[in-house]
Amino acid sequence: MTTTQTPAQPTGARHGLRIFLIWLILSLAACLLIWFAWKPHMPPGDMSDAARHQQFDIAVLAVSAAPVIIFVLVYFIYSIVVWRARPGDDSDGEPIYGNTKVAASWIIGTTVIVLWLFVFGTVELVGPAGAGAGEGPSPIWKLNGVQTASWTAGSNDMLQVQVIAQQWVFTYRYPQFGGMESSELYLPVGTPVTFHVTSLDVIHSFWAYQLGVKADANPQVDNVAYVTPKALGSVTVRCNELCGIWHGAMYNFGHVVSQSAFQAWASGVQAKEQATGILAALPPYALTYDPTVVPQLGKNLPKIDGITGAAGYYYPPSDPVTP
Amino acid sequence: MSVAARATALIVAVVVVVGLGVFVALYFIGGTSALPTVHYAASGGQVNVVLQEDPQNNSASKPDWVSYYVQDPSSKQWIHTTLFSVPANTKVNVTLYGYDGCTPLRNNYFSQVQGTIGGTVTVSQFDQHGKEYVSNHTTSVINGWSDCNVGHTFAIPALGVYVPVASPNAPLSANNLCGSSPCTTSGNPYALETFSFMTPDHAGVFRWQCLVPCGGGYLDGNGGPMQTLGYMMGEMDVVSS
Repeated sequence: MTTTQTPAQPTGARHGLRIFLIWLILSLAACLLIWFAWKPHMPPGDMSDAARHQQFDIAVLAVSAAPVIIFVLVYFIYSIVVWRARPGDDSDGEPIYGNTKVAASWIIGTTVIVLWLFVFGTVELVGPAGAGAGEGPSPIWKLNGVQTASWTAGSNDMLQVQVIAQQWVFTYRYPQFGGMESSELYLPVGTPVTFHVTSLDVIHSFWAYQLGVKADANPQVDNVAYVTPKALGSVTVRCNELCGIWHGAMYNFGHVVSQSAFQAWASGVQAKEQATGILAALPPYALTYDPTVVPQLGKNLPKIDGITGAAGYYYPPSDPVTP
Repeated sequence: MSVAARATALIVAVVVVVGLGVFVALYFIGGTSALPTVHYAASGGQVNVVLQEDPQNNSASKPDWVSYYVQDPSSKQWIHTTLFSVPANTKVNVTLYGYDGCTPLRNNYFSQVQGTIGGTVTVSQFDQHGKEYVSNHTTSVINGWSDCNVGHTFAIPALGVYVPVASPNAPLSANNLCGSSPCTTSGNPYALETFSFMTPDHAGVFRWQCLVPCGGGYLDGNGGPMQTLGYMMGEMDVVSS
């Protein structure tokens, strides 16, 4: 008959030191990998100041989370390997009593982490200029730039772009170029841009992914968001709010081009729309649209019997599905 | 309750829920696939697609919904569908009969013709007696806010095609509109609009829709016919030529 002897256990202090060293090495390696290898590929990229900040934020959060996750995993695996029950060892584990040091360390550690994330997140929401999010009609954190009636390449003029959402397309209006409108978003690199996001029907969301801009498009609301494009390239614009059956197809593409190319494009579209007459047919530029008011026709139009169904509506009043 | 009884009840409940889900999915998918597709074949690198949009339709469920019809190229019959197929890399000549009355565009930007060959459409307007008010007017803008001449739009956003669809003029829109679908040119005021565009060089399904969500009277957006296949939105199936 053979007897199984339980090997001598290392002291508690050595356990702690071992776990700490393993955790330290793995955490350092993970943080370095996250920061130098992963961060450059993190969404949404670095095409604008807002996007760079978001990429930085995600990387900081990952670096903050990695040591915590690694500590949990190291402790878990270490426990399984070192403190597992040996064959033939049927004895109970040692009783555990309260440990003030462990409890205090846990409370202090988690408090520090949560407060750090709170302060960091709040600071990063403020800069730059609202972090690319819609700030409503009266922004608190504004982007530096000169408010002008016209935009000139090479200046620090703020470019105004009105984003008009409707089921299921985005259009873009440029008040500094005669109020011309386009189905494509063009922006000049290195220029502070103010988006005025609104909707003509239901709630949409303007999400210019690579620029790190996301702002809800609400009917009759001017939702302001800021961005400064920092690199040339294409931008994917998607609706990020479920808005009906073709919500998934509500996307188009934008382009960040050089300031001179933008000037040429915008002036060209303006001239073309002046020539076709559509520029004169657009309503006066306003920060929000009220689709119940058609200035050139007046409010009486929908009251004319026979126009698009009874009394201007597609549905008779008796139809129970009248929206 | 025994374990076996509980397990049986659980299995039955799962089967019922999954079955209901499958039924609902098949019901709606089946309803969509029941729509016929009108196939247009190219001749000399071109196809001629003929559409009409009416103030109502001849369906039993929603007869008061405004609706498109597609003309079968062989029988010349009007089919109540919004699905049609055309070859890739082909010039599509669209003839569109507008029988519905005018409605102000919510965004008058779409009064501008975009994506057609030449960036224009050619429009004629007739009254119920066949008198021609506007004759073969080629234009790049049909101002939907100044003269009340736009009924709807025909838009294929993925191809950049945005076309305002002409309506009978304002007085005719207010009176004597076609009241029985599919409408005919005889005895009804209407607008006749033609334009052309190129299909892409690859196959695919392209959504087309109207961008007038029930005119100026609705804040609620594209409800009812505006987001229902077979009425005011459809799919153009581009097939390999």
